[in-house]
Amino acid sequence: MSALGLETAANEEGGPARSRPRRPGVALAGFALPVLLAILWEVAVDTGLANGRLMPPPSVVGATLWGLASSGELLTHATATLWRVAAGFGLGAAAGTLLGAITGALPVARGILDPTLQALRAIPSIAWVPLFILWLGIFEASKVALIAVGVFFPVYLGVAAAIQGIDRKIVEVGRVFRLGRLAMARRVLLPAILPAWITALRSGLGLGFMFVVAAEIMGASEGLGYLLVDGQQLGRPDTIIAAIISFAVLGKLADGLLVAVTRPVLAWQDTARDKL
Amino acid sequence: MLSFETLSKTYADGTQALSAVTIDVAPGEILALVGGSGCGKTTLLRLIAGLDRPSAGRILLNGEAIVEPRADVGVIFQEPRLFPWLSVAENIGFGLSHLSSFEREGLVANALVRVGLAGHDGRWPRELSGGQQQRVAIARALVTRPKLLLMDEPFSALDATTRASLHGHLLALWGESRPTVVMVTHDVEEAVTLADRIVVMQPKPGRIFDAFDNPLARPRDRLSPAFEAAKREILRSLDRSLRDEAPYQQKAAETAGMWW
Repeated sequence: MSALGLETAANEEGGPARSRPRRPGVALAGFALPVLLAILWEVAVDTGLANGRLMPPPSVVGATLWGLASSGELLTHATATLWRVAAGFGLGAAAGTLLGAITGALPVARGILDPTLQALRAIPSIAWVPLFILWLGIFEASKVALIAVGVFFPVYLGVAAAIQGIDRKIVEVGRVFRLGRLAMARRVLLPAILPAWITALRSGLGLGFMFVVAAEIMGASEGLGYLLVDGQQLGRPDTIIAAIISFAVLGKLADGLLVAVTRPVLAWQDTARDKL
Repeated sequence: MLSFETLSKTYADGTQALSAVTIDVAPGEILALVGGSGCGKTTLLRLIAGLDRPSAGRILLNGEAIVEPRADVGVIFQEPRLFPWLSVAENIGFGLSHLSSFEREGLVANALVRVGLAGHDGRWPRELSGGQQQRVAIARALVTRPKLLLMDEPFSALDATTRASLHGHLLALWGESRPTVVMVTHDVEEAVTLADRIVVMQPKPGRIFDAFDNPLARPRDRLSPAFEAAKREILRSLDRSLRDEAPYQQKAAETAGMWW
């Protein structure tokens, strides 16, 4: 075959390579820095270079975590926190998606709703706390409401922006095939915004974990946020760090779960994530 | 029969894209619209597709006015415009959702073979080359068996070899059901290769400048003197249209009115 023929064949049959499987070494590399820092700090405290009173070494934090886990206390606190985040995330994400879709798709609704929602977005989260306690009481409802507020705005903004940014050309194809409003939403608009929606949900989930701390600090008898306050009041930095680590692990696991659940529906994306 | 009756389009900003375009296209005819940039070719195609409304005049398909997209009109755009979240087979079957999955799969499988993409049904659009994607777009438009097929420079982004291959695929598919085709192209050679009639348009505002019946029988030999002669004639007309000469139709009318 001539060189020209080869080039033509490559051009016709070409296309982006399929994604490469991630090497285990790359995944483990992310642990290198924190593990190294932990070892250095442990050695520093062991050798007397630091006293470790305000920043206990990993062995002390590990022992505290083990103690909390084996007594069942950690599970109780983690479950309470996760329940609050799940409830707040569900409500906030549902409301954010619905209102984002409405304001994104309907200019009239955008003109009416968006200025008010943008003004509400500018209010610091803590400012809602007294009002929610007055309205909803000191128990679960006010905490869930605060988390829902935190989740709502990134989801709302993400969905509204994604709908407004849908490629006109793709929508025209739907029009050529005479899709009605519902069919257009289901077969074109929803799939088109899916990547942005999932990114918005991940941002919302992250904020949900931030807001649960505020919610649990404002008055709770259980939860990882309560554990933080308890550690502070008892002068136990190891408990505080154990709670922070638990937050990090739970947040990462929840995000990982969201990514894993949504990965199959985004398999069509032509991204460079496996090549970077 | 497809008819444009004194069709005009003026946009909201006052730009007059088309002025009094009148032409009839016979059933099964392939009509090519050629002309410089801004002569309203794409605007005309969008009006026929029902994606835009004319400011004046009307478009009739078999006696019915086109006012919105129709099931019997297929469109192939300049870019493939495939849905990236659908597989190749799902893209081709997009307009067949009213059929049972058995019927749909049969038609899609046949269309894949016809455009030379058998075995690619489960691939994502991102896994295809530009030429393959455009073949999927052609299959998607033709699988519904439209009576009228509109093509807006569908091969302009492709290399010469792929373009020639797709011309062959398109003519083979057209030969099966013989839809009426209106295509926009910048490429005079492509127009002479595919079209039965070539209409040269003139810009500012867009209007018909000249029209040529293509005398060449299919398959057309691009290297033949007759093909070259046809190309030259259209290119000359294009040059005249861009030099802002009076349209052929207007000149003919003026000549007819001279008494001496």
